[in-house]
Amino acid sequence: MTDVPTHATHLPPRPTVVRADRDGVADATVKVDVQNLSFYYGAKRALEGISLQAQTNRVTAFIGPSGCGKSTFLRTLNRMNDIIPGTRVEGSARIDGQDIYAPNVDVVELRRRVGMVFQKSNPFPKSIFENVAYGLRINRLVTSKAEIAERVEESLRSAALWDEVKDRVHDSALALSGGQQQRLCIARALAVRPDVLLMDEPASALDPIATQRIEELIYRLKSQYTIIIVTHNMQQAARVSDHTAFFWMGKLVEFDRTERIFTAPREKLTEDYVTGRFG
Amino acid sequence: MSHTAYRTLLSRLFVGACGLAVLVALIPLAFILFFVVSQGFQALNLDFFTHMPKPVGQPGGGMANAIVGTLILSGLAALLAVPVGVMSGVYLSEYPQTRLASAVRFASDTLNGVPSIVIGVFAYGLAVLPFKQFSTLAGGLALGIMMIPIVTKTTEELLVLVPGSMREGALALGATRGRAVFSVIIPAALPGIITGIVLALARIAGETAPLLFTAFNNRFFSTSLTQPISSITVQVYTYAISPYEDWHRQAWAGALVLITIVLVCSMLARLATSRVSRLRTR
Ligand SMILES: Nc1ncnc2c1ncn2[C@@H]1O[C@H](COP(=O)(O)OP(=O)(O)O)[C@@H](O)[C@H]1O
Ligand SMILES: [Mg+2]
Repeated sequence: MTDVPTHATHLPPRPTVVRADRDGVADATVKVDVQNLSFYYGAKRALEGISLQAQTNRVTAFIGPSGCGKSTFLRTLNRMNDIIPGTRVEGSARIDGQDIYAPNVDVVELRRRVGMVFQKSNPFPKSIFENVAYGLRINRLVTSKAEIAERVEESLRSAALWDEVKDRVHDSALALSGGQQQRLCIARALAVRPDVLLMDEPASALDPIATQRIEELIYRLKSQYTIIIVTHNMQQAARVSDHTAFFWMGKLVEFDRTERIFTAPREKLTEDYVTGRFG
Repeated sequence: MSHTAYRTLLSRLFVGACGLAVLVALIPLAFILFFVVSQGFQALNLDFFTHMPKPVGQPGGGMANAIVGTLILSGLAALLAVPVGVMSGVYLSEYPQTRLASAVRFASDTLNGVPSIVIGVFAYGLAVLPFKQFSTLAGGLALGIMMIPIVTKTTEELLVLVPGSMREGALALGATRGRAVFSVIIPAALPGIITGIVLALARIAGETAPLLFTAFNNRFFSTSLTQPISSITVQVYTYAISPYEDWHRQAWAGALVLITIVLVCSMLARLATSRVSRLRTR
């Protein structure tokens, strides 16, 4: 898809292409299905009884004040929290119907299928090429030099970075600008061909132009992926997402189509938050 | 006296005291450098690097065997200390909270504080007595033991500095923990680790005591691992306590070569480190 939505800075005007897409929301297939999920850091409960579904080829946004558990929840979906000692999950999270916390699940394979982009871009201190090739190499997804080069180019193109770096893919990734580094991290995640893409405030450290590029990218990528994005920026949620989940103090207050969350929320708390009365 | 004037005075006093302390610290270094360079330089010539020691009474000759000996001994030490030290450092940074980690840390700190002569005695008991033979291997063992805690500490410190986001990035792409360590975390810290190894080498290349009864000394050129071998430090020691004027000059030359090696290593290390920190602050 080449046409990119014109980004409204305020609501409700939206490009019709997005609206048309939205009408089909209810029909899309459920990719991620979370039921009654609670999460504990030691004795401290960070998430309480979360239930929500994210659909294929849709963007689901998580909003809410800082510390309400958005990142924690996102990280339960690729079991990134497993690396923090003393944490515990209750309830269930399914991807394509499979319980990702079942004992027989291969976490490494899960993380390949569920890619993640972090708040602070974290390119490896390697070349641009090697950053993108990293996931391919460690997972031995493709092995021939030519195939790896092909996938690297394809991923950099998908992340809208290829044109800017094609002449210097063997230079250090650390020399890229912040926005380019973040798109590199997206390319790196795309290279292993995940189905789900988790993004934790991917643009929060970027300037408005770099932010806009990331948003355009998200819009283009959703035709191929299930995207879940955490953002503290409500305009951003309104611009890029189809569904929005509003979290507050570890609870899911409201989950609905983005339009409804921003125009006609059911909960008073949601309304107060999206209208900027607190948070 | 007003409050401001009092503070200004106090501030000047402390700055003065700090300056004095710096001077006291630098004076010995300046003297050492001055004497070693002025005395050593006169005695230094090409022969010193290419010739063997002359028998007592004959002037001239050099330390070719000792220079090669120091290189071989340092190489052996690195062969032992780099794998053991780096792996220990990796363990400490990966499992910082375990009992074994505390034990390793304690052992490493203690080993670092053990006088080098004691390490020499230990290597003597381990590698000289059983074979009734001084040897290069025994010397390398002694130096290697000295080097292990230094490499361990540097490796641990540098690995801990690698941002946790690197590890998360690797894990999120499907890397196992071990894979993340070896393909991302160690490479990220590698320039620093190499710097640490170079500094450790410079440090042990200057050791004499652990070699006195392990590698001992050898008047002849030798590269055999099972024979005694000469080293710059032991040779400097031997020459310095001798009664011969010519040997004294050679000792100064040896000291100059040693100091130069240490300085060059430190400078290279510094250069590498500044480049690394520039990368890291991005
Ligand atoms: N590693 C951790 N250990 C303990 N508590 C944590 C950890 N990470 C986050 N928390 C706590 O969990 C809660 C939710 O945090 P987080 O998911 O980061 O919120 P958000 O992303 O919405 O800002 C906060 O109270 C935070 O202090
Ligand atoms: Mg967060």
